Amino acid sequence: MGRRVGMEVSIAAAEAVALIDVDVVAAYPITPQTHIVEHLSELVANGHLDAEFVPVESEHSAMSVCVGAAAAGARTFTSTSAQGYALMVEICYIASSMRLPIVMVMANRAMSAPISIWNDHADMMLARDTGWIQTVAENGQEVVDLLIHAYRVAEDHRVLLPVIVNLDGFILSHVIEPIELPSKEEVQKYLPPYKPALRLDPKNPVTMGPVGVPEIYTEAKKAQDEALKNSKKVIIEAWEEFAKHFGRTYRPVETYKCEDAEVILLLMGSIAETAMRAVDAMRARGKKVGLARIRLFRPFPVEELVSTLKNARTVAVIDRALGFNGHVGPVCAEVKSMLFDHGLTPYVWNYIAGLGGRDVTVENFIEMVDMVEAKAAKKEPMGYEIINVRE
Amino acid sequence: MGIASEALKDFKGFTMKNIPSVEPLSPGHRACQGCVEILALRLALKAIGTNVIVASATGCMEIVTSPYPQTAWRVPWIHVAFENAAAVISGVESAYKVLARKGRISPEDKVVFLGYGGDGGTADIGLQALSGALERGHDIVYICLDNEAYMNTGIQRSSSTPYGAMTTTSPPGKKSIGQTTWKKNVPAIAAAHDIPYVATASPAYPLDLMNKVKKAAMVPGPAYVHIFSVCPTGWRHPTNIAIEVAKMAVATNVFPLYEVIDGKWILSRKNPKPKPVVDYLKMQRRFAHLTEEEIEKIQARVNAEWEALLERCGEKKEPAPEGAEPSGE
Repeated sequence: MGRRVGMEVSIAAAEAVALIDVDVVAAYPITPQTHIVEHLSELVANGHLDAEFVPVESEHSAMSVCVGAAAAGARTFTSTSAQGYALMVEICYIASSMRLPIVMVMANRAMSAPISIWNDHADMMLARDTGWIQTVAENGQEVVDLLIHAYRVAEDHRVLLPVIVNLDGFILSHVIEPIELPSKEEVQKYLPPYKPALRLDPKNPVTMGPVGVPEIYTEAKKAQDEALKNSKKVIIEAWEEFAKHFGRTYRPVETYKCEDAEVILLLMGSIAETAMRAVDAMRARGKKVGLARIRLFRPFPVEELVSTLKNARTVAVIDRALGFNGHVGPVCAEVKSMLFDHGLTPYVWNYIAGLGGRDVTVENFIEMVDMVEAKAAKKEPMGYEIINVRE
Repeated sequence: MGIASEALKDFKGFTMKNIPSVEPLSPGHRACQGCVEILALRLALKAIGTNVIVASATGCMEIVTSPYPQTAWRVPWIHVAFENAAAVISGVESAYKVLARKGRISPEDKVVFLGYGGDGGTADIGLQALSGALERGHDIVYICLDNEAYMNTGIQRSSSTPYGAMTTTSPPGKKSIGQTTWKKNVPAIAAAHDIPYVATASPAYPLDLMNKVKKAAMVPGPAYVHIFSVCPTGWRHPTNIAIEVAKMAVATNVFPLYEVIDGKWILSRKNPKPKPVVDYLKMQRRFAHLTEEEIEKIQARVNAEWEALLERCGEKKEPAPEGAEPSGE
C-alpha cells in the first residue's frame, strides 16, 4: 500500500527514484535541484536504494556516465538545472540519438547572465530540440507520478528515448506538499525491469555511436524523429495504465473551464494553480475564461491543443522564457504555427511572465485577460509583452 | 604491498613465443599508411583480449574504425563525444558493478573497461573527465594515444605538441618558432592522482607495451597508459620509418619509458648512452625550421626532464652534501 506523506517535493522526487529502483545515479550539485541528489545519496548510503551513486566532477560527465551506464543496461537517473543543463546539453543530443532511456529531473531555473538561481523555463527551452521527451509537472504529486511514468515510456521498446521531467525550481522543488507515495510493489507492477534492446556485452559485441556518413545521417535522423512522434501514443497509453494502477488520470493537456471559454490562458508548470484561482475570480464576474496547461511539451501535443483552442476567440499564451527572436516567445511560436496549420485564427497574444523568479500573481492573470481582450477588440497586431516589469 | 603490486605479484608477461593471435580490433580499418596509433591500439587490444568493453573519444581512431555500416570492432565499443571517454567508461563500469551485485548479469570473467583518446581528447578537452574518473577510483584502464597534435582535424597544436613543432595552428614564421610551449606531462598528472598504475609505452617496443597494458588491466582501480603514437602524416616523415622515429624518441630520451606502480616510479629502459635529440628532430619535417640555438634549448630541456625522471625513479644518487666527510675513509 502507498502512504500519504507531507514532504518537500525534491525529497519526494528522490523517494520516487528509489521506488523505481534505479541502478546508477550520476550526481552533480546545482541549485535548485541539489536536494534531489542529496537525498538520493542518503538513500544509497543507508542501503535503502541499491544503486551506484557516481558523484561526478561536472554535469557534462553526469550525462556521459548516464550514457555509458544506460548503454551497459542499467536504469539510470540524473538531475540538473539551468547552467548545469547547458553544460550537459551536448551529450543530451547524443543520449536521444543513441536511443538510451535515461530519465532526468530538471528543476527549472533561469539562465545566466545575470546569474539567477530562481525559476523560469529558459533551461527547458534549451532542451526543446534535443530529441528528449519532456513532461512538465504542476505539483509534487505530479512529479512523483511523472517520474514513474517516465521510465515506463522511456524503456518501452517502441520508444527508447530519454525523458526530462520538468518541475519549477524553488516554487515547486522546495515546498512541502501532501503527496501519496506508492509502495515499491505497486511501482514494480506498473514498471517492469529495464530490458535493453541492445547492450554493451562482450558476449554479443555491438558498435554504438559510429560515424554517420552523409549517405546514412538523414535516414538516422528520420528514424529518430519518427520514434519521437510515435512515442505520443505510448505516452498516453502509459498514462491510461497509470490510472488503472494508481487511480490518478493524466493527459497531454490539462484543461479547466475551457468548454465554453472565449478567452483561454495557455501555460505550463506550477503557475497553473495561481491561474486557476484567477479563472475562478473572473468566472465569478461572468467572464468566460478558461485555462489550458501543457503537461506534455515534447512531443508537442498538437491534436489536444487544437481541440482545446478551436472554439476560443482569444488566446493568451504565457511563456516563462524569452525567444530572443524579436517577435514571439518560444511556446507561443509553436502554438501559433500549430493554429496556422489547422486553419484556426483566434487572436493570440503572448505574455512573458515570471522571469528569474519574479512572482506571477492572480491579479497578473486577471490583468492579462483584460489586456488581451482590449487588444483583440482593437485588432492590434499580435505580439508579445513582458509583464510585471518595473519601468 | 600496494594494491597494484599485490595484483601483479604473479604477473607473467608476453614473450615473442606467446603473443596472442586474437585481434579484437580487426584489419580493414581506414587508418593512414604507416599509422602507429592504430598499431598501438591493436597491440593494446591484443594484450587485453576479447573480454572488454571499449569507450572511444572522438578522434582518428574513432573515425577510421567506425564509418557506418562498417566497423573494425569485434568487441563492444561505444563512442559518445570528444572529451568524455573516461566518463562514459566510468558509467559502463558502474553499471556492470551494480548489475552484477543485483544478479542481473551472470557472473563472468572479469570484464576490462577500456577508455581511450588521443592527446586532444586526453590532455586538453578530456582532462577534466579523465581526472574525475581517476579520482573516483573506477576500475578502468585509460589509454592516451599521443600523436602530439589534433591529427583528426588536420594537424592543429595541442598541449601535448612538443616545443618547436610545426602544426597548422602553431606555424613557424618571422615571429614564431612553431609550438611555443613545452609538452604537457599527462602521465605525471595521472600519477599525481595516486592511482595504482601509470605507464608510458611505445609500439616500437611492442612486448613492453603489451605487458604494460596487461598490467593496467590486471590492477584493481584506475590505470593510465600513455602511448607514443607516431603520425607520419602530421609529423611529416616517410611512412616506412615510423617505427624508427618511435625508437629514436626513446633513444634520445625525448619519450622515456617507465611505470609508476603504487606510486613507485620505475624506469623501463635505463639508456646509459642517449643519442643527441637532433637525431630525432631531423627525421621529421615538423622540426625542419628549428635553428641550432632552438635545438640546443630542446636538448637542455630533455636533459633536465630526464634527470628529474631519474631522480623520481631513484636511479640518481643524491650528491653528497657540501662539507660532508667522504665515505669509506
